[in-house]
Amino acid sequence: MTANPNALLHRRDVVSELVRDRADLLVIAGLGAPNWDVSAAGDHPNNFPLWGAMGGASMIGLGLALAQPKRKVLVITGDGELLMNVGSLAPIAVEAPKNLTIAVLDNERFGETGMQKTPTASGVDLAAIATACGIRTSRIVRTMAEVTELRDLAHEGRGTTFAQIKIHPEALPFVMPPADGVILTSRFRQSVLGDEALYN
Amino acid sequence: MAEAAKAGSVAQAPLPTWPDEIYRVLKNAGIRQVAMVPDAGHSRLIRSFEADPETRVVTLTTEEEGVAMLAGAWLGGARGVLLLQSSGVGNCINMLSLPVICHMPLLMIVTMRGDWGEFNPWQIPMGQGTRPSLEAMGVIVNKVDDPDLVASTVQGAAHLAFNTWKPVAVLLGQRVLGAKNFKELARK
Repeated sequence: MTANPNALLHRRDVVSELVRDRADLLVIAGLGAPNWDVSAAGDHPNNFPLWGAMGGASMIGLGLALAQPKRKVLVITGDGELLMNVGSLAPIAVEAPKNLTIAVLDNERFGETGMQKTPTASGVDLAAIATACGIRTSRIVRTMAEVTELRDLAHEGRGTTFAQIKIHPEALPFVMPPADGVILTSRFRQSVLGDEALYN
Repeated sequence: MAEAAKAGSVAQAPLPTWPDEIYRVLKNAGIRQVAMVPDAGHSRLIRSFEADPETRVVTLTTEEEGVAMLAGAWLGGARGVLLLQSSGVGNCINMLSLPVICHMPLLMIVTMRGDWGEFNPWQIPMGQGTRPSLEAMGVIVNKVDDPDLVASTVQGAAHLAFNTWKPVAVLLGQRVLGAKNFKELARK
């Protein structure tokens, strides 16, 4: 018996796999369910989970990846969040930092607001948009084997990578990280930059 | 020949020095990332940064991308500047929540339209709304209308932003930039 090729992945399985053995991986989580998913996989000072700033996750990832070229940066966000500033894929493709991966958990829904359909439910192909912008490693992911491959690409950092991961539109219990932006910022900077970050 | 002679006979106004002064001030402030949607008023500063191998110049599709990008830069220990026109301030509003609530520095240098000497009525709403909308979001605003005060205003704004972790915008007024007049340009 072979797995149903159209079966949708479970978002928390996907995220747990993406951050498995994370070492010094830096993770930006988009607002809403991706934030809760990343937190469910384990709150960590190297996570920067967003509670707002919709449409900004990928560009936060770009600025961070350019500032820390030796670290690997993984943006985990949703289809609605990415679509709000889908144009960001253009500057990201142009700058093309090797150490940046954008993983979009695509449930084809605005999950926090009542599961209304997003444009991906009507077939908008985010991976094709990323490819058209010039991100060469860009794919739709439908199996856990492909998630593992994506995890390895993200952790190795051999080129800007984009993935649209088709997931089940399930509503799961919230697992929340700290909500205070100053705490999130300070602990991230202290972890990445050392104690000096507290003094300037 | 006639064109060249005509061009040569026109007295050249000395080039303003403030764009080079901004470049020097921003270099001294340790700026490494420049996020921008271009404006004519920023063109000389952008050329200086593009020629600088220490600086990464990122061309955005919309200005709020730059607010997010520079938040990421700060998380990674790098300082940046956002160069934009006043109309682009409107695009940034919700994204400004990020530096405001996270106490992150953000330095914005805004070239004004819809202000002194404006000819295009469509520039007025956002031009006049620039300061109040920035202030409504908690951004500290310093406007400069005297070319001789540009460098010190930017220097003070950079100091304020990076030492007190605040978003700060410098508005370069049209008295500094010169009011654009497409109608006159079209007649030439």
